[in-house]
Amino acid sequence: MKHKTFFWFFFPAAIALISFKVFPITSVIVQSVHAPHQQVLVEVKICDAFGCAATTKVDRSATEELRREMPLGRYNGAAVFVDRNHLAIEEVGSAWKSQTSFADFRAKVFNLPFYRALAFTLTYTIVVTPFALILGFSVAVAVNAIPRFYRGAMIFASLLPMIVTPLVGALLLAWMIDSRGILGNTLQYLLDDPDLSIRASTPLTWVMLMVYGIWSSTPFAFVIYYAGLQTVPHDTLEAAMIDGANRWERIRYIVLPHLMPLTVFMVLIKIMDNFRVFEPIISFEAAAHAQSLSYYIFTDLDPDSGLLSSAAATSILTILGVLVLLSPALVQTWKTFGKGQA
Amino acid sequence: MMSKATRIPPMLRFVLICFSLIWLVIVTFPFLWTFWGSFKVEGDFFSKVDWTRVLTGPMTIRETGDTFTGQGYYGAWIEEEFWRSTLNTVIVVVSVVSVSLTIATLGGYALARSKHNYAFWILMLALVFRAMPPITLLSGFLLPAYQWNLWGHLPTAIIVLAASNQPFTLWMMTAFFRNIPTELDESARIDGCTPFQAFRLVIIPVMWPGVITAGLFAFLLAYNDYATTAMLLTRENLTMIPKIASFLGTIQTEGNVMLAVAAVVSVTVPLFFLIAFFQRQFVSGLTAGAVKG
Repeated sequence: MKHKTFFWFFFPAAIALISFKVFPITSVIVQSVHAPHQQVLVEVKICDAFGCAATTKVDRSATEELRREMPLGRYNGAAVFVDRNHLAIEEVGSAWKSQTSFADFRAKVFNLPFYRALAFTLTYTIVVTPFALILGFSVAVAVNAIPRFYRGAMIFASLLPMIVTPLVGALLLAWMIDSRGILGNTLQYLLDDPDLSIRASTPLTWVMLMVYGIWSSTPFAFVIYYAGLQTVPHDTLEAAMIDGANRWERIRYIVLPHLMPLTVFMVLIKIMDNFRVFEPIISFEAAAHAQSLSYYIFTDLDPDSGLLSSAAATSILTILGVLVLLSPALVQTWKTFGKGQA
Repeated sequence: MMSKATRIPPMLRFVLICFSLIWLVIVTFPFLWTFWGSFKVEGDFFSKVDWTRVLTGPMTIRETGDTFTGQGYYGAWIEEEFWRSTLNTVIVVVSVVSVSLTIATLGGYALARSKHNYAFWILMLALVFRAMPPITLLSGFLLPAYQWNLWGHLPTAIIVLAASNQPFTLWMMTAFFRNIPTELDESARIDGCTPFQAFRLVIIPVMWPGVITAGLFAFLLAYNDYATTAMLLTRENLTMIPKIASFLGTIQTEGNVMLAVAAVVSVTVPLFFLIAFFQRQFVSGLTAGAVKG
């Protein structure tokens, strides 16, 4: 295709990408190095029966005007990035110096909001991604063994947890796991603890969120692996069998390598999706025990808190985080894709 | 076709069938349970005493005189004006799907047919954009929206959603157009068509399966969004999902949680029909992305 033709076909997409991706990213970067204006202080003399005293007082109208004229705030350099609510360089440093044990250091660091959110987000991503893939593969193998007539229905049912809104899907589980709901009740009965409340305990909240994560991302892995299983070369399987490979060896040496490209693809997509975990925390009302990076940004964005620059700094750190996490998969895509191009 | 290599011993087959059934229960039970419970009163759906109350519904009978009640639905749709959010959702979803498909169809066609290096780089860039959690760009939209008085209106949310959708839709359409043989539009060019005529007369008639698939995913993104719409819209303009979240803030009051339950069921039912009709396109879209990487 000629450059000129390409240009005209791609023009709308280019406008969209530049105005709604490149421009906002720039805006986020700019915001992250600014901070809200401080209040304008004026010195006033207040005189009463005992004489006059000079005090400082907030000049509301001047503050308002300054905020209206420069809504971006004042230039602040990288100060927001290193403050207590983000990388907290000072706090981490002093915790390191004063540490008595590693556990003590870890406890101190995970008390800082950014690291707490990062810890949950990473744990969630690292636990949910492999679990969902393995479970999805098992389901695909199982469904592949049931009569063909029922497979369509299985796929139909499995798609539901995947396409339903995360907020809604998590609410369904949250209501069941509630101490008055069916699963909560059952757990209380099984563990013989009538006061058991999953929401009151941090470890149980984490487990619950991850169970939701696995429940909602397994169907994707299942559908893809199921489609992949249909394309496994039959002749190779038969040849391996004639050579004496048993069932497990055939899976290990033929089926799994055949599904490898699919696995790489799914790891890439699932890391992207799990790293942005957000809505379940709202549905489970879990914010007291678990906060993700996305949730942290969302609370800062709230007009009432008005911490746009703090949100912007967390956003930048999150983007960097997900790019680092994905870099192996991105490089892989780049290589395979480049090969196809040549 | 059954060959020796794929034959499964009966014992193993039995285990696999059981496993499939367990999986079926895990994925469907929460939906069936909540659907059933949405026609009960709070005292039954959330019962500390006895979970079987959800099935028999003694409180529902006592409070309403019937085994099933539409109270939750009435409260959500009429009293809390969920119909307004539904209307907003319809507007947002239809606009987002048409805007993002138009842009991505043209762009994806260009990317699929171009053999230059920059097409490859644009796709990689789109992948990086896709990797960024959408919420990280929100502050980049919020501040200009405040400054230019665009905050709170539906078109603002539509544009932002269509844009966040763009990288993924571009990838999908590119993958799809690569599967359409180049000979098709090349022969049209030889017959004297301009590039745009070739696209209009030859490509558009054969592209609908791909467009429908990409449209499904664009639909889901817009329909399921919470963060963007919650942050960018005024209370009256809220779409369904942030509206449900706003119910959650008030569920301490007796009976209000059933409004949320009814609203959740109302949001899920259209999705149920969506996959009932488009299951094939949906699965092909998922796997096409996988095979193409």
